[in-house]
Amino acid sequence: MSTSSSLFQKDLLIEALKQSFIKLDPRLMFRNPVMFTVEIGTAVMLYVCIWVLFGEQSQGSFIYNTAIFLILFFTLLFANFAEALAEARGKSQAESLRKTREETPAKKNFSVGKSHNHQMEIIPSSQLRKGDMFYCEAGDIIPADGEIIEGLATIDESAITGESAPVIREAGGDKSSVTGGTKVLSDTITVKVTTEQGESFLDKMIALVEGASRQKTPNEIALTILLAGFTLVFLIVTVTLQPFADFAHAPVTIGALISLFVCLIPTTIGGLLSAIGIAGMDRALRANVITKSGKAVETAGDIDVLLLDKTGTITIGNRKATHFYPAEGIDNAHFIHSVVLSSLADETPEGKSIIELAKVNPRDYRINNAQFIKFTAETRSSGIDIDNRRIRKGAVDAIKMLCEKAGNPFPTETANTVNQISNNGGTPLVVSENEKILGVIELQDIIKPGIGERFQRLRKMGIKTVMVTGDNPLTAKFIAEKAGVDDFIAEAKPEDKMNYIKKEQANGRLVAMMGDGTNDAPALAQADVGVAMNSGTQAAKEAGNMVDLDNDPTKLIEIVEIGKQLLMTRGTLTTFSIANDVAKYFAIIPALFIVAVPSLQGLNIMKLHSPESAILSAIIFNAVIIPFLIPLALKGVAYKPIGAEALLRRNLLIYGLGGIIIPFIGIKIIDLFVSQCI
Amino acid sequence: MVQELLGIVCVFFLSVVCSIPLGKYISKVFLYEYTRLDIVFNRLDRWIITLSGIDATRQMTWKDHVKSLLYINGVWFFLSMAVLMNMSHLPLNPDGNPSMSFDVAFNTSVSFITNTNLQHYSGETGLSYLGQLILMLWQFLSAASGITVCAVVFMAMKETKSEAFGNFYSIFIRSCTRILFPLAIVTAILFLFNGMPMSFEGKDSITTLQGEQQYISRGPVAAFTAIKHLGTNGGGLYGVNSAHPLENPNYFTAIIQMIAQTIIPMGLVFALGYMLKNKKFSRMIFGVMTAGFIILVTPTIISEMQGNPNITAMGIQQTMGNMEGKEIRFGSGLSGYWSIITTVISTGSVNAMHDSFMPLSTMNQLLAMMVNGFYGGCGVGFLNFYIFIILAVFISGLMVGRTPEFLGKRVEAKEIKIAMLIALLHPFLILIGTALATALPDYTTASLSNPGFHGFSQILYEFTSSSANNGSGLEGLGDNTPFWNIACGIVMVLARYLPIIGPIAIAGILANKKYIPESNGTLKTDTATFGLMIFAVIIIITALSFFPALTLGPVEEYFSLIK
Repeated sequence: MSTSSSLFQKDLLIEALKQSFIKLDPRLMFRNPVMFTVEIGTAVMLYVCIWVLFGEQSQGSFIYNTAIFLILFFTLLFANFAEALAEARGKSQAESLRKTREETPAKKNFSVGKSHNHQMEIIPSSQLRKGDMFYCEAGDIIPADGEIIEGLATIDESAITGESAPVIREAGGDKSSVTGGTKVLSDTITVKVTTEQGESFLDKMIALVEGASRQKTPNEIALTILLAGFTLVFLIVTVTLQPFADFAHAPVTIGALISLFVCLIPTTIGGLLSAIGIAGMDRALRANVITKSGKAVETAGDIDVLLLDKTGTITIGNRKATHFYPAEGIDNAHFIHSVVLSSLADETPEGKSIIELAKVNPRDYRINNAQFIKFTAETRSSGIDIDNRRIRKGAVDAIKMLCEKAGNPFPTETANTVNQISNNGGTPLVVSENEKILGVIELQDIIKPGIGERFQRLRKMGIKTVMVTGDNPLTAKFIAEKAGVDDFIAEAKPEDKMNYIKKEQANGRLVAMMGDGTNDAPALAQADVGVAMNSGTQAAKEAGNMVDLDNDPTKLIEIVEIGKQLLMTRGTLTTFSIANDVAKYFAIIPALFIVAVPSLQGLNIMKLHSPESAILSAIIFNAVIIPFLIPLALKGVAYKPIGAEALLRRNLLIYGLGGIIIPFIGIKIIDLFVSQCI
Repeated sequence: MVQELLGIVCVFFLSVVCSIPLGKYISKVFLYEYTRLDIVFNRLDRWIITLSGIDATRQMTWKDHVKSLLYINGVWFFLSMAVLMNMSHLPLNPDGNPSMSFDVAFNTSVSFITNTNLQHYSGETGLSYLGQLILMLWQFLSAASGITVCAVVFMAMKETKSEAFGNFYSIFIRSCTRILFPLAIVTAILFLFNGMPMSFEGKDSITTLQGEQQYISRGPVAAFTAIKHLGTNGGGLYGVNSAHPLENPNYFTAIIQMIAQTIIPMGLVFALGYMLKNKKFSRMIFGVMTAGFIILVTPTIISEMQGNPNITAMGIQQTMGNMEGKEIRFGSGLSGYWSIITTVISTGSVNAMHDSFMPLSTMNQLLAMMVNGFYGGCGVGFLNFYIFIILAVFISGLMVGRTPEFLGKRVEAKEIKIAMLIALLHPFLILIGTALATALPDYTTASLSNPGFHGFSQILYEFTSSSANNGSGLEGLGDNTPFWNIACGIVMVLARYLPIIGPIAIAGILANKKYIPESNGTLKTDTATFGLMIFAVIIIITALSFFPALTLGPVEEYFSLIK
């Protein structure tokens, strides 16, 4: 997937330009009260222009009025352009994903009943319905989202995730979900379609970006109300100014009043507001996260508690053997030899890591007449029977019991080693030969490099991190401390997650979690932000409100930042927009009255050339600031985890104070140009 | 001059020093905690509750509180109209003053019940003693209403999650008996010792040195003046208010009156800190209010003490500053201070004629009333400030990337809608009122003592004062006409009740929301940074709403003066 970060691609620009005009339709404009009033103002100015053309003398020259009209018209176009560009970017991003699911032949499976004979028919993928079964073999493109009901296959998901390493998906369990557009590399699978055409997450996401079903988020609604309030205040200010001016015998033109009005109302944020919202979802999409609603992105910024699975998120994959501790009197070489023997048939990552640690070639081992003992939940050990040697390795308790049953003591020295390993966050595996203790293998979790800094960053944001693990509390505590998480749930069962979430929510906190399994689904639904992995089951994906295409458990951290950026961009641009009004007042108010009331020259602190140039400069500044801020609106204000107060101080300084100063400079510069032209 | 300034600084410090312990006491009254005065007041309260037959224990929702407020205020209004329009037939009228006409009675009743005390009549000739007494009652009750609604909001802010908090009537009675009544008695006694009249006899007559007969109006002046300031009412018994030698005989009574009007508004801010067990939050609010006050009062004192540059240019000495319309016994500096304290706090009592102040001072007086939340009126000042807090919380919450929270409650669309409507109301009433007056010259031109820009200032001031429930005026405006009486009356009613209902509604809705514990990402609201944010919100909203109007009034006057 392309992650081009260039804001202004040519084809996107053309599409956005076209949309800027289409969006002038008042029915569409009505959704945005601030810009809607600007549109009314523009219409009035058009009327004034015609009126002046037909000989009206009191409203100033035709050129001056036309200039105002055109600038207002461009203000509208700029605002529309911002929104259209954000939409176009989001759409192109979504389109590139959608391309993966263009018409592909589907091998629909017609067999009914239990025996899936290969009675199949090739139909276009668009004709697949929810509940249909289809069949894929090596080389096929999967035609629709679904769940594997039979078989196992390696699948290339690079079209969706950009990750080239193939993944394994198999029926049953938590990795049974396949996505339309991905390619089967080996084996054959039978898949059941889980979503209706046009209703997949991606389709929903595209609709969301396109605006048709884009609902305003709670904070966006509140902000719109605030902006509408400001608009109303300034409407009152402008309307009442007419009788005030008449009283002072200082007649003002309609053009000047409308200019004042448009300058004062928060057009900057009003024009960029929806673009900011769309850009938030777009940024999520660029991070390969599909959101089901804009609200979810916004909520992500408010998250207080983050539930993270230990494996894959905090630690790299699985535990690894890191040390061999032969018991007293046991020869090191003999111990290693026995350990390797017992692990030869052990396909678990732990077993493999033992052989790795022993640095031996398994082929050198003679395993004739050997009988492998598989791990069972009852014995909690595995091993090998060879040449009258019964080698077992397993949990401490299991082996201890095994030996003691046979009358052999459990050496204190071994017990000490076991304790020491546990205290260091490792998992001890005890090895015995013929019910006598041989020694201990230490398994350790490898904490991902850099994860500690990420948790530090989260803590500074005020987010509590919770590690969820099946480990015993001692091991869990050690890893939690080492990785720097704030809390942990040890020996976690699925309902533990759920209970933890409910407990935090009862205390008024917002919780986010990531999950993939079907048994995660209730917790995903309960969490305020539930991110399901794309590889996860359909149930998990239905339950969450985001789907991560990369299946990357650390993605939550990025999502939180995207949410925060979204709110911050709105907040800072609102502040900037309102702060701009100070300078605009000092441009327009003297301009309105200076002719009739010369003493007010003292207010013209920018020393603008003439009343006309002052008014034109102010509205030109007001218009061009919108396109200037489009990159900021689309990229978002940078979030720095420096604490809320410091962040407020920083943003007040940049956008508040900056918002007061910049327009003074901008208007003065524009005035220098405008005064040359008129 | 140093002495004059030192006196002013002392007055301010005394106000703060008095209001801190008062704040602690007020918090105990609101929290129903034990005070030493309980022995007297418990019995008195019980007696009042039994007599009036109210249920003083039921916990009320915010809607119940609003209903109770409107209900008792409505009863007072009709009672007030009945008395004022029939004074000539009623007792306690030794000077034989006439009854009021409908429009004056309407304006006066509204004015006193809304704690405004905009007096379009003159006390000496316009009211009987019964009239004065009933207005004095409203001075108590309107102030107690303000304190009560403030207490209701405080209680709501304390709630972790509850729909109902406090009983309106019970707090109302406690505010009257335990706060206003004892303070008023102490203050009135201080006034009595300084020679202020307290009598129900008619006019006294004296023979002046020139041998002429002069009639001196009397009345319950000491009692009236005490509650006039304590309750931030501002309505004087005499027409010229506290500039009258019998209503404000000397420098000492002036100090008492200035301190008396500040202690309850300031005390309430400190009371909030005690109630929330967060003194830092209180100090932050107090700091913002004080910063605003100092920014307004300093240039006012300076410009009054400097006097009019055009008079200096004529070669006339102005060592005492701008003394037009001021009393020698107070001086220009102290009068400048009074004019700002009486406008930041919605008292509206005057010891000098605001119409004769320098343009910069007039602008600051107007700005003080336009903000109406730097200390502000009894109880309601904090409510206005509360709206600014909510708006500041919202904007700053967004700026730090988190859904805004205030005291652990999420501020959402509904609260913002209410807050914005209330923030909008003040400019709406002032600007629309002023626009109406300028657009209808037939009704208003005759009232103006000055045409042009100062005339505009007079109109703007009258509506600002009405909407701020302040009550002072630029008295060059002949405002006792049906137009002014009714227009200002309507403005006063709307500007009183909506800004009370709004904050109670917001506080009530927030009280019923789930409490969210603080985290590192939460923006703390008791810090200097947040104080700065509130200050910025206040300045921006006020400045942006009123800048054009001020330009055509005091700003123009200022520039034409320094030209």
